[in-house]
Amino acid sequence: MSLATDNKLIKWIDYRLPIFSMAQHSLIDYPTPKNLNYWWNFGSLAGICLVIQIVTGIVLAMHYTPHVDLAFNSVEHIMRDVNYGWLIRYVHANGASMFFVVVYIHIFRGLYFGSYQAPREILWFLGVVILLLMIATAFMGYVLPWGQMSFWGATVITNLFSAFPLVGEPIVTWLWGGFAVDNALLNRFFSLHYLLPFVLVGVVMLHLVALHQHGSNNPLGIDRQGPQDSIPFHPYYTVKDMVGLAVFLLVFALFVFYAPNLLGHADNYIPANPLVTPAHIVPEWYFLPFYAILRAVPDKLGGVLLMFAAIGILLLLPWLDTSKVRSARFRPVYKWFFWVLVADCVILLVAGGKPPEGFWLIMSRVATAYYFIHFIVLLPFIGWFETPLPQPTSITQAVLKPAQEKA
Amino acid sequence: MMTRVWFTAAAAATMLALAAPAFAAGDEIVLPKQKWSFSAPFGTFDRGELQRGFQVYKEVCAACHAMKLVAYRSLRDIGFSEAEVKAIAAANEVTDGPNDDGEMFQRPAAPFDRFKSPFANDKAARAANGGSLPPDLSLMAKAREHGPDYLKALMIGYEKPPAGMKVPDGQYYNKYFPGHLIAMPAPLGQEGQVGYEDGTKATIEQMSHDVTAFMMWAAEPKLEARHRMGIGVIGFLLLLTGLLIALKRRIWANVH
Repeated sequence: MSLATDNKLIKWIDYRLPIFSMAQHSLIDYPTPKNLNYWWNFGSLAGICLVIQIVTGIVLAMHYTPHVDLAFNSVEHIMRDVNYGWLIRYVHANGASMFFVVVYIHIFRGLYFGSYQAPREILWFLGVVILLLMIATAFMGYVLPWGQMSFWGATVITNLFSAFPLVGEPIVTWLWGGFAVDNALLNRFFSLHYLLPFVLVGVVMLHLVALHQHGSNNPLGIDRQGPQDSIPFHPYYTVKDMVGLAVFLLVFALFVFYAPNLLGHADNYIPANPLVTPAHIVPEWYFLPFYAILRAVPDKLGGVLLMFAAIGILLLLPWLDTSKVRSARFRPVYKWFFWVLVADCVILLVAGGKPPEGFWLIMSRVATAYYFIHFIVLLPFIGWFETPLPQPTSITQAVLKPAQEKA
Repeated sequence: MMTRVWFTAAAAATMLALAAPAFAAGDEIVLPKQKWSFSAPFGTFDRGELQRGFQVYKEVCAACHAMKLVAYRSLRDIGFSEAEVKAIAAANEVTDGPNDDGEMFQRPAAPFDRFKSPFANDKAARAANGGSLPPDLSLMAKAREHGPDYLKALMIGYEKPPAGMKVPDGQYYNKYFPGHLIAMPAPLGQEGQVGYEDGTKATIEQMSHDVTAFMMWAAEPKLEARHRMGIGVIGFLLLLTGLLIALKRRIWANVH
């Protein structure tokens, strides 16, 4: 663990402020299971997304004006007059979508391989906190251009709090800083949209501390038996993460350069107008599953509570899953229900984009019910009754066996 | 393994991309699909088309519709010379000031000015248009689903209303407008309404196509730069991906 350098200056600094040993400990020597597959790329990708959003966001903030009369045109000023402003804004806008794609895959990776099980419960909780912060940040960011969807999205979502009895109305007035969605709200959303990403950075740090305490889970879901099951993070996983990063940037670039408005909504190129309601108020695609749950319930308060519960239930996951086996590879029954849950979330996503009537309203109700049944009913029962497949005794044994059979 | 993972990721991204337009509200209006020079990944604007489109905008649309976000100077980008841009701008009088005497004054517009609006304010625009506000066209091509296809369809979609449909005074029937009743009379009513200087025949089809292309340029003036940069970025990333895969295989060779 000692510092692998003879550089006197680095040693002098490190003796007083051990940043170099820390980097060596957590980024270079850090022992990592040797069998991580490419689904394990999405954690580092999410971190990179956060950095991209912060860097582009800081530059955008240099040119943006958070005022109801000026915000919309200041965004267009960025698009037209600022050098490469169009690039920075499209990276930031599509970057939000990419961030959510990456984080959703990262979450489902955890669900499949049982990464929330002991001793990684707190690591998982911190992940849920990160998701909540991301949702809040993305929502407020979408309000800033002050287009029609910005305005009406902010109106619909802040109004949700009015569903709470007695305190509801005062809460909404307090959130708005007035009696309508107006300049006070735009200003505070800008302030918070700038603040929360740095809070995110803090929680991400804690997420990493919790991760490094017991190290990464792995596709087999079994604990490492000794040093033979691990390899140093660098160069093995640095290079593997870079392969993933390059492919991710390719997909990202396709959106930014060739379909920058595909994931957005045309209505947001119309300046906000409190007197004209758009025909269909829909949030960005990454909120559609939650929007579907919200609208699946005929009662407003019920819908709001269920929507929050959809994320809250993830906090109970380590105890709702009664299985002794982590990885779905050795869980023949759970494996199928995992994919049903994925399909269920896709149905919710599509349903959230449709007007809440007829077929899609029924679908969103069925899918909402199934979502909660999966966690509250199916998970405990599958854990109790499923007979897991035999697990390998060690990672090395599992990694070497197929290789020897080939040879 | 890796290929499978990335294939799944790519498939998911594609699904997402395909699903996005499907979220648009259901309306049974089917827009005719048009060919646009700018829509393909390597697409560019056709300068002649844009200049003709500008002429249609200037002579027809600009009578009622503002285009507040576009500056005269940006007309350089669609092929007008500096002198031409100055002349186009100077044909408009704008209010400036106050001067040293505290008075507002009129002056000819300069290239740095934004397009002069036809009305002093929204109220004046409504008063002159039977209560309806002609929307600003700066971003119109991006502010509607399938913007360019929709805008062109709208300009040629004026028809006799179906039997039994009552069209109120000051409204017109348009088969592509949501709800079909629009306050804008057919803007391009007859062939040759605009006298093209390059000899192109000014059919209604041609004029609507040209002015739509112009509106797309006005809404997305950096489209060509974006397409061009995309080629370089994606080419670079493909190369980088290939090199990194090779490097990764080499580094991992002694692990398996």
